[in-house]
This record gives sequence, C-alpha cells and structure tokens, in this order.
Amino acid sequence: MSALLDIRGVTRRYPQPRRHLLHPEPPLVAVNDVSARIAPGETLGIVGESGSGKTTLARMVMGFETPDEGQVLFDGEDLHDLSAAALRQRRRAFQMIFQDPYGSLDPRRSVGWSVAQPLRAIGQTSNRRAVEDVLHRVGLDPADGNRFPHEFSGGQRQRIAIARAIASRPKLIVADEAVSALDVSVRAQILNLLMDLQEEFGLAMLFISHDLSVVASLCDSLLVLRGGRTVEHGPAQDILAAPATEYTATLLAAARLDPPTGVPA
Amino acid sequence: MIEANDITVRFGTAEALRGINLTLSPGQRLGIVGESGSGKSMLGLSLMGMLPDAAGMSGQIRIDGTDMTGAKIASWRAIRARKVAMIFQEPLAALNPLRRVGNTVMEPLRQHLGHSKDAARARVLQLFEETGIQDPVAKFRQFPHELSGGQRQRVLISLALACNPKVLIADEPTTALDAHVALRITDLLVRLAEERGMALVFISHDLAAVARTAQDIAVMYGGEIVERGPVHAVLSSPHHPYTQGLLLARPALGAGHLRERLPVIPGTVPAMRDLAVGCRFSGRCAVELPHCATERPASRPVGAHHDAACHRIGAAT
Repeated sequence: MSALLDIRGVTRRYPQPRRHLLHPEPPLVAVNDVSARIAPGETLGIVGESGSGKTTLARMVMGFETPDEGQVLFDGEDLHDLSAAALRQRRRAFQMIFQDPYGSLDPRRSVGWSVAQPLRAIGQTSNRRAVEDVLHRVGLDPADGNRFPHEFSGGQRQRIAIARAIASRPKLIVADEAVSALDVSVRAQILNLLMDLQEEFGLAMLFISHDLSVVASLCDSLLVLRGGRTVEHGPAQDILAAPATEYTATLLAAARLDPPTGVPA
Repeated sequence: MIEANDITVRFGTAEALRGINLTLSPGQRLGIVGESGSGKSMLGLSLMGMLPDAAGMSGQIRIDGTDMTGAKIASWRAIRARKVAMIFQEPLAALNPLRRVGNTVMEPLRQHLGHSKDAARARVLQLFEETGIQDPVAKFRQFPHELSGGQRQRVLISLALACNPKVLIADEPTTALDAHVALRITDLLVRLAEERGMALVFISHDLAAVARTAQDIAVMYGGEIVERGPVHAVLSSPHHPYTQGLLLARPALGAGHLRERLPVIPGTVPAMRDLAVGCRFSGRCAVELPHCATERPASRPVGAHHDAACHRIGAAT
C-alpha cells in the first residue's frame, strides 16, 4: 500500500425533484464508479467539463460528502468511516484550495485569522509565528496577516488561500480550478509556487482543471471525467501525447495555440 | 467598417485607453488579447458608445462611414444593433430572465426595423437556425434559465445579429463556456463573419481562443495596443517583451515539461493611475532601457502588417 490517497470505485447519487406525481425521477449519478490513486508527492489531474463530476469527486475526497458506494482511503483509513471529530483531526493532512479565493476568505476577518483557521481547528491556538512563516513562504509580507482580503489582488488572494491550505503541513492538497480565474502572467506565478511547495513539502495534489495545458505542466497522472464516468485514466504524458477519445482530443485542441486543421466541431 | 483614430479614454487624470488606432474592413476578424486591466473591455465599450458617464473620451471613430466622434447618445442609439452590436461573457446576465428568449430577440426587429409581429417571429426562427440553435420553434418559447450556457450564447448572438450589424463586438464570449461548447461558438462566429461579410472584434484573455477565431491579433497592455499583426506572425515571432512574456508564461503542452518552472513576468499589472508615462510595460520589462519609463515608444513595423511599440525595436541591441 504505497498510495496516500486511494479512491475505490466511488459513486455519488443525488435525488432529483419529481416531474410527475406518480413517477419518481431517477437519481442523478454525479460520480459513477470512479477509482484513482495518488502516491505521496505526486499529482493527479482531473479534467472534464462542468457537470462531469470533478467537484463532487473532490468533495468526497475532502470528506464534505459521503459516497453512496465505494471508499476513499487516506493513508489507509476510510475517511467516511471516521467520526466527525476524528475526521476533523485527520483533515490537517488534506486541505483544499478553491477557484475563487474571494469567496473562500471571510471578508470580515483579517488574513492572518483565516490562515490560522486550520491550525485552530486542530487545537493550535498560539499560531502567530506559524502564520507569519507560511505567509512569507507563499511570497507575501508576514505583516499582511493584519490586512483584509479586499486589500489584495486576485493573485495575492490565491496566495493567501494557498498559505491557509499549507498552514497545517498537509500531505495532500485538493485544488479545485485553483488557477482558472487568474490572468496568464499571474497564473504562471501561482503554478510555480505550487511546484515549489510540492517539492519542498513532498505534497501530493489532486488538481482539478479544465485547461489541459495547466494540467500538463503539473500532473503525473490524469483522470478524464465525463458525465461522472472515467473516460481516460493513466500517465498524463501518455494521454496528452495520444488521447484515446475525441472528448479528450477536443479538450486538448481548446488549449492549443495552433490548432491542427480539422478540429472536431 | 470601423476606423478609430487615437482613442484615449480618461477617468480623471488616469488613462484607461491611450492612443488606440484601429481599422477593420468588412469580414475582417480582429482578436484583442490582454489581461485584466489592459483596457480591452473599455475599448469594446468605446466602439459601442457605451463608456461609463465618468469617462472622458478623445479621438475619432467612424463606423460604416458615419462619424461618431463626440456623438450624443441618440446618434449612438441610431447605429447600435444596426451597425454595431455586442455580445458579452455572461449571456444569462444579458438576457431578460422574465421574457421568453424568442420575444427578446424579436424586440430589436420590431423596434429598429419596424417588422410586424409575424415577420419578426419568422426572422427570429431564421436567426436561431443560422446560429445553430436546435429546435428553434421550441426554444423560442423558453426562458433563459431553461437553456444551457452554449444555447444562451447562441440566443445572444441571434439578438446581436437581428438587425444585420456590420460589426460584431464579442467581449469574452467563450470564457464562461466549457471547452467543447467554446470551440463551437468560436467556429460559429468565424462562419457568421465570413458569410455575412461582418467585421468581428473578438476580445478575450484566452490566447488559444483568439488564435482560433481571429485573423489579426492586437495585444493590449495598460490601455495601449503594444503589438499587432497577423495571428500567426504575432504568436510565432512576438516582438514586444510583454507579448513574449505572455506567450512564455503559458505552460507547454508537449512532453517533458512536468514541473518545469514557467518563465514569469515579474510583478502585476499596475493600477490605471500608477502606469508609467512612457512605455506602459516599463517597470516589469526585463529588457528595459533608461528612457522607457518616460518616453512613449511609437509603433514600428517589425514584419508584414506586423507592428510593435517598443524602444528596443530598431535600436541597436
């Protein structure tokens, strides 16, 4: 068992509202029998369109949602068998970064307060030094902890979100479209930061994106989802070099600067 | 079709656009790329006469032969929809949520062209067909929230095309869409521009989307066009340091680049009022010359129909 994260055949269904009084609507299967593993220090990329189940899968990995079938093993432990208190303790080892840092940082709390939140959650209350360290590590001024989210640019806010995610020294970061809202030049800075942190702390990452060029630069393996099902799964370089499905080929074409003529319409 | 000369837009003392020159001939497709704060949306709005009240504009705009320099709202209203039309990033926000989409698209036909109800209705169905909306008759009666993002964008394109504009300004029309849908929308815009001989201004931060859609590309930074030329020329041999930096900062798709650090443009786009008076890119530029911050570089030819505004060009390197 070398996997840090082992997703075993997870399925997640959501009940749908009835359209007819007498006929219950079949449930929406958001994630359908998906398996994947991440070794320590490795990155798994998840790509797919909206509605493909990427975010639902990430939420199950984070323990925000419980799979209807299958298991999520973190360090060999089934996350969804743990009590709420135990899960909270374990969560220091896996943290999440969201697409919109403005939405995920409390606008009425100082940046330092937000960054310290995962530390408080595991009972570390005197954490001033730790917060300053981690802000410095992501390229911000340690004194920025006293400022508020609205005082920062989009790229800086994403740095704050990353600082919060690494504050508890996790082994795994789940990044849900973490660079999608950023401009090209800022995105490159954030990607470099993620690569640096990954090497420094031996972080594993679950990296969700719809942009294959970003995924190509960061991911060891790749999981392509469509309608909740696995379309392709394997080493990222293999899939990018020779996508087996038209679905993946189109995603690839969208990321290209010089599309080959005759792109599937 | 469109001729813009030395357009400058000011908010107080800050310049959101500085000395923009643009010419578009019928059927020509121009892509405008830039990051947030580069002024690309402001440029789109200025071509529609839709700048915010606080903005002061100078320079000349001619649209399809009509001089719109200093035009009043009423004269802009007379040409909007009929000569220039615009589509936006978020079609859900641009469509009235309480009206059936068919009725929304009928409105300009009734208002501007004086179509009868029946004629307008028939025309809407035609437009829906032209923009690739499946089952137009059923879609006519639906509300925006009942349609998918791609379908909504098609409805918005139908609305923009209703009065056969000569110029279509598309501001980030594919940004909110999935890759597959975005590809189809850009294909559609290319087809429409070709079939109708309509000029297209395609504004996007996505270089790949612009490369797919446009023939020419204008790269904006700090309210200026810093480089312009045929898509292939600009992307394969960029001359402005900003364009070069932007292209290098894109992760490569090929093999063997895993966790390879990306070359980064240092710093961030400065606020409008903090821009240098000389070259807007000075301060972030890796090959800056002493006079860059104070002297504004002129746009110089660097290839066929390809110009860039940089003091390095033509200077001994």
